[in-house]
Amino acid sequence: MSVSAPRSDTQLVSMQAISKQYPGCLANDAVDLNLGAGEIHALLGENGAGKSTLVKILYGLLQCDSGHIEWNGERVNIASPAVARDLGIAMVFQHFSLFDSLTVLENIALGMAVDADATLHLRIREVSERYGLPLDPDRSVYTLSVGERQRIEIVRCLLQDPRLLIMDEPTSVLTPQEVNELFVTLKRLASEGVAILYISHKLDEIKALCDKATILRDGKRVASADPAVESARSLAALMMGDELSDVEPRSSSAIDTAIMQLSKLNYPASDSTGISIQDVNLELKQGELLGIAGVAGNGQDELLRLIAGEVMPSGGSSIVVKGLDITNSGAGVRRTQGLCCVPEERLGHAAVPSMSLTENVLLTAHHRMSMTSLGLVSKAASRRFANEIIEKFNVQCSGPDAMASSLSGGNLQKFIVGREILQNPDVLVVSQPTWGVDAGAAAAIHKALRALAASGSAVLVISQDLDELMQLCDRISALCAGRLSQTYPTSEVTVQQVGLLMGGAALEAST
Amino acid sequence: MIRLQPRAMPSKLMGYLAPVIALCLTLLSGLILFALLGVPIGEAFHAFFIEPVSTLYGLSELGVKAAPLILIGVGLSIGFRAQVWNIGAEGQLILGGICGGAVALYFYEVEAWYVLPLMMLAGVIGGMLWAAIPALLKTRFNANEILTSLMLTYVAGLLLSFLVHGALRDPDGYNFPESRLFHDAALLPVIMEGTRLHIGAIVAVFVVVAGWVLLSRTMLGFALKVNGAAPRAGAYAGFGQKRLIWFSLLFTGGLAGLAGLFEVAGPIGQLLPTISPGYGFTAIIVAFLGRLHPVGVLFAGLVMALSYLGGESAQITLNLPVAVTGVFQGLLLFFLLATDVLINFKIVRNVRRQL
Repeated sequence: MSVSAPRSDTQLVSMQAISKQYPGCLANDAVDLNLGAGEIHALLGENGAGKSTLVKILYGLLQCDSGHIEWNGERVNIASPAVARDLGIAMVFQHFSLFDSLTVLENIALGMAVDADATLHLRIREVSERYGLPLDPDRSVYTLSVGERQRIEIVRCLLQDPRLLIMDEPTSVLTPQEVNELFVTLKRLASEGVAILYISHKLDEIKALCDKATILRDGKRVASADPAVESARSLAALMMGDELSDVEPRSSSAIDTAIMQLSKLNYPASDSTGISIQDVNLELKQGELLGIAGVAGNGQDELLRLIAGEVMPSGGSSIVVKGLDITNSGAGVRRTQGLCCVPEERLGHAAVPSMSLTENVLLTAHHRMSMTSLGLVSKAASRRFANEIIEKFNVQCSGPDAMASSLSGGNLQKFIVGREILQNPDVLVVSQPTWGVDAGAAAAIHKALRALAASGSAVLVISQDLDELMQLCDRISALCAGRLSQTYPTSEVTVQQVGLLMGGAALEAST
Repeated sequence: MIRLQPRAMPSKLMGYLAPVIALCLTLLSGLILFALLGVPIGEAFHAFFIEPVSTLYGLSELGVKAAPLILIGVGLSIGFRAQVWNIGAEGQLILGGICGGAVALYFYEVEAWYVLPLMMLAGVIGGMLWAAIPALLKTRFNANEILTSLMLTYVAGLLLSFLVHGALRDPDGYNFPESRLFHDAALLPVIMEGTRLHIGAIVAVFVVVAGWVLLSRTMLGFALKVNGAAPRAGAYAGFGQKRLIWFSLLFTGGLAGLAGLFEVAGPIGQLLPTISPGYGFTAIIVAFLGRLHPVGVLFAGLVMALSYLGGESAQITLNLPVAVTGVFQGLLLFFLLATDVLINFKIVRNVRRQL
């Protein structure tokens, strides 16, 4: 196969007609990608568009079925990440691979297979100072924030003098302030001639940072665009393939009647890496949408499990729903009292992957919906409810007998959120409702949450996506290291101020 | 070259077919083994698989051996669905035999209708108590139930041996390590005249149906399945995990205890130092061969019962060692585990990748 590629001479890396087939899914379909030195190039696409597959091929983690890669105009076979590193390709993954109990220095030494000696110590200090990535080589990793952990990964890459740096959704775990710092570093690297391949689906970031963008949809490259010229809206249209519906203006339906009160909620961490929930106080009013912002790993999961009744808080805590103290009640009693929850993790927590949608309905709906007769489960009833969810929430699937694991992330999330909303709860607590969900499904979920609040229920949204919360919620607060900040009306705070709350700082009195 | 390729979806067909393929492969390798030993294949096949079931008596014996396997297999398959790995059903069976047998000996020469029901109750309770130990250790101290239940099996065996050498020994038995023969009121009624087929077989069928309903139609069965497939989803739904561990172990323990009582009050009729040819362990194979489904367990129990009878028959007619039963059971489990790969993978010819 010889493809004439006139531009490839000037390119640092050129991926040509890359295809990769997975069982039951064509992840990449003849995708081209060209990247020059010093260029910050966005790889844009919805979840499942094939971004990760493409960069994994570039980094040698996967082999393509057809197509080839040129590096500096020469054809190369990147058989493994070691080959990629030798070429000068480095990658910062979305999920870090660090040992919590080791120091920064030891972690970096392990990753590079060198000794953790004074030379490395010096080089880490050099690199971190040069690029504005403050990092103490002697700190243990478990004492660091997520942003600091990401710095370790970046420094580890930079120590190898890379010519191409791949970053997989690096900002999903950062506060707005940390994002700004990261962008300064990346721009500095680019000015020194390092090419950066930046994977994201956050359009404003791409507009702020990138020189070029390649947009993937359903495994195909649909467009190359200049982010400076395109609007966020036109980029989104390219990414999703159809027109976006406008966001409805938010009008609060909150009534000043408390429906759920959390007071002095405490929960000690179960192990050294867990987060303790400390003294959380919160009052949720009828008809309101309340957002809890926060960087991942600050106790969101623990808080949700406490409210859902999966774990029990320590003494002195109290959870009251509609006047009934349910502090020591199990998940079933809480649902009967009108408190429904949607945990963050779809597969394995909110749904059983190997079971059908009909069975997954039974998981939570049997408490509030009548699904048993004479002590026996009524398959017809749960099937009916599954069908109702599929229809009302437009869930794309082969029917109520489809296995939960066979649905795409967005469709499964619509199903799970639908399952809880259609039970008509008085309080719905939902964690990361649109994490890893395509924009169409996210819009549908937001609309449904608004409608639920408008009908008089209270909705508590725990999310890392600050834009989502600012757009959706009436009031907002932030969770940092297991402590909940004060709540503020979203109309009265800025993104920067919430960023401060997410970092654990208190706002000045009255904004 | 051939290689395994992951399937997009687990194959339902293979789920049913895998045990059948495993059976065929077991048969094939068994016959090759016989050929290597110099035994005529035709005779060996006949002795092992045909002869035991060619008479009515043979068929009734199949029921006698299958009943305990099915009773325990149903219990195990429900526990295994919930990822509770009770490997000690053999010990629970022995305790059922001891407790039920002790009641029979206590009411020796009492001619009353209530003796047998009391024995059954004692058998069930004995098995449950023995299974309660791993349940307690698991829920309280997070001790692995595989180890605790397995080790307790040996304790149970020694306890039985201790009792028939001591407290429960037949006073007129010339110091032989065995109890008195149970009185008529303490023996299970026989279903078919002239055979040893007892009401345990009917109970086993009833348990199959009950287990089926439990798994497919009750909230408890659903909770057990969810707990096995996705424990965090179980916690989210509010199914108490500890409760399910207790239920799984006590349920299997009770059924194993009942099977043990049926052995001593049925075919054996007294307490001996050994009351089971490893039914509790073989039932593990039965559970997996039956796809952890009560109805599957029914068929698998009959197949495994045949391996016991075939082994005996091969000993008598072909002078083969008793180990042949174990060899067949082992081969079957081995092939079953191997063919289960086909549920999630398919075999494809390796085509060289074109670059």
